[in-house]
Amino acid sequence: MRTLKFLLEKEYKQIFRDTIILRMILAMPLIQLLVMPLAADFEIKNVNIAIVDHDRSPYSQELVSKIRSSGYFVLTDFGSSYRNSFEQLESDEADLILEIPQDFERNLVRENQQSLLIAVNAINGTKATVGGSYLGSIIQDFNGDIKADWITPQGLNQTPLIDINNLNWFNPFLNYQFFMVPGILVLLVTMIGAYMCALNIVKEKEVGTIEQINVTPIKKHHFILGKLIPFWTIGIFVFSLGFFLIARLVYDLVPAGSILTLYAFLSLFLVAILGVGLLVSTYSTSQQQAMSLSFFFMMIFILMSGLFTPIESMPEWAKVFAYANPVTYFIEVMRMIVMKGSGFKDIQNHFLIMTGFALLFNTWAIINYKKTS
Amino acid sequence: MADVTLDRITKTYNKGQTKAVEDISFSVNEGELFGLIGPDGAGKTTLFRILTTLLLPDTGTALVNGCDVVKDYKKIRSQVGYMPGKFSLYQDLTVEENLQFFATVFNSSIEENYDLIKEIYVQIEPFKKRRAGNLSGGMKQKLALCCALIHRPTVLFLDEPTTGVDTVSRKEFWEMLKRLKVQGITILVSTPYMDEATLCERIALIQAGAILSIDTPQGIIEQFPEKLYAIKAGNMSQLLQDLRSSSLVATCYAFGEYHHITLTEEGEQTTENLLASLKEQHAEVQLSPTKPTIEDCFIKLMQAS
Repeated sequence: MRTLKFLLEKEYKQIFRDTIILRMILAMPLIQLLVMPLAADFEIKNVNIAIVDHDRSPYSQELVSKIRSSGYFVLTDFGSSYRNSFEQLESDEADLILEIPQDFERNLVRENQQSLLIAVNAINGTKATVGGSYLGSIIQDFNGDIKADWITPQGLNQTPLIDINNLNWFNPFLNYQFFMVPGILVLLVTMIGAYMCALNIVKEKEVGTIEQINVTPIKKHHFILGKLIPFWTIGIFVFSLGFFLIARLVYDLVPAGSILTLYAFLSLFLVAILGVGLLVSTYSTSQQQAMSLSFFFMMIFILMSGLFTPIESMPEWAKVFAYANPVTYFIEVMRMIVMKGSGFKDIQNHFLIMTGFALLFNTWAIINYKKTS
Repeated sequence: MADVTLDRITKTYNKGQTKAVEDISFSVNEGELFGLIGPDGAGKTTLFRILTTLLLPDTGTALVNGCDVVKDYKKIRSQVGYMPGKFSLYQDLTVEENLQFFATVFNSSIEENYDLIKEIYVQIEPFKKRRAGNLSGGMKQKLALCCALIHRPTVLFLDEPTTGVDTVSRKEFWEMLKRLKVQGITILVSTPYMDEATLCERIALIQAGAILSIDTPQGIIEQFPEKLYAIKAGNMSQLLQDLRSSSLVATCYAFGEYHHITLTEEGEQTTENLLASLKEQHAEVQLSPTKPTIEDCFIKLMQAS
């Protein structure tokens, strides 16, 4: 125990003396949390629309103003030539064209039906789909209004109408940041575990101090613990900084579930991810190698974690990767506890799986560490 | 009593492709200052790493303080001091913190063994608040020696401690070692500098992973089989060529401002003839017998093997 105490003392001294590392520990959570959730926003706003109105009737005017007032669309062109508008589509000035045919109102009233043309620039698939469906639902709504106008007020409803009402649970205002911030916090903690721990150990190898340590009576588990504990505490610190300072003050994110459960899972997750760092360090002999290796793992961990893209829409083989990734589980747990208010019972399995990861990575690393020394 | 014993130690790298050391056996007595002398790549560091339990030998056994380097490595680690060739203390910790750290990991304290390091430590004490990375080469080496000594080891392994250190510091360093010897610490030191060999009590000459000779420096010099001459002339490089082509000269190599030569039997008898023929071609020829040095012995042994 005495040895461990001195090892830790030494480790903290070294970390706090490295001004760049120290600045990174403080600045990284702040900057990432301030920048990324605001920028990484999948909500589609400001879809540019060009409307070609050949009719210019009260109905067509009403449709146009309905579209404009929805808040999703920016009217870039309002004319009477499809060709002109198509040029806009080609030059990327417009994402969508809505063409209202001549005698739109008259035919709608007389023949009870009429068609509209929507042309979509599908280069950006998400924007095309979302923009198209927004427009579709506005027209549907408009259609409903007209029907309501024509139905006899006596209530003889010949055409039954299904009215859909959405109730947004867990994130009532569909605040995308509430979805992103917990995920980005996970990302931060992962980076600290995987990078800093691996680099620190490999630095001892590179400088040769590990040789000097190896000829002392310091036991291997003391040395490893002496490396893991400091970064474990730094991970907890960075998480708390981001969670209480930025997430709460800037994004108003108040966890719905128990903070204790959250921290219990965080502690376990850090052990697993520090194991990854340890593993990387046993396979590399220079800081450059360690950096490249951790970067490789980080990329896979982050992209396959469901942080940006939902796992459910991944192909089957990718799902296998995603569920073999510890980061996936922590992001799930974060979102469950913070947004849904899930309790320990709901994330029991996650705890079990994470314990498995922690044991796997650390045992592997320790076995490999022994072999190489 | 032998303090360090190596018995037929062999170590290869790259799965047996590169031989580092082969069939090395020697022993170092208790309280002895033993030198391992050889050029770079001779296998000195490999031997040190085996003896300090950092490397496993392929075959052979080695004992340090009566403990096997493979089986009792834990015991050895708490009893020996090791100073690697490359400075490997924590550069971002201060002089004092480094010393403190290494004292505590050996369950000791600076105060406990201060008498042992006092003489060395007072020289770096004015800089004790300075980070080790900002020390000069000589200071770093003194600090490393302090850290290797702070737990009062019975055996001290110094791997090329004087490489890259100026002449004055080198001299000081050897004086420090002599004083440590008085304290009864067995010291095994390696160096590529032949002139330092005479400062050891016994030396082993090592080349390409094999021991050439083990003896006291004096003993090794006495074993030099032939008479050695030093020769000098106006044009040294021409002289070297001429000597090498002469049938009377057995060996010839440049040695400082002279060339050192040994003569064949025939040459020994007709030294005057050789001198006379050289004088025809060269100005200011001087030929005189000289005492062989360790370097001469090393070259001789290297050619013989």
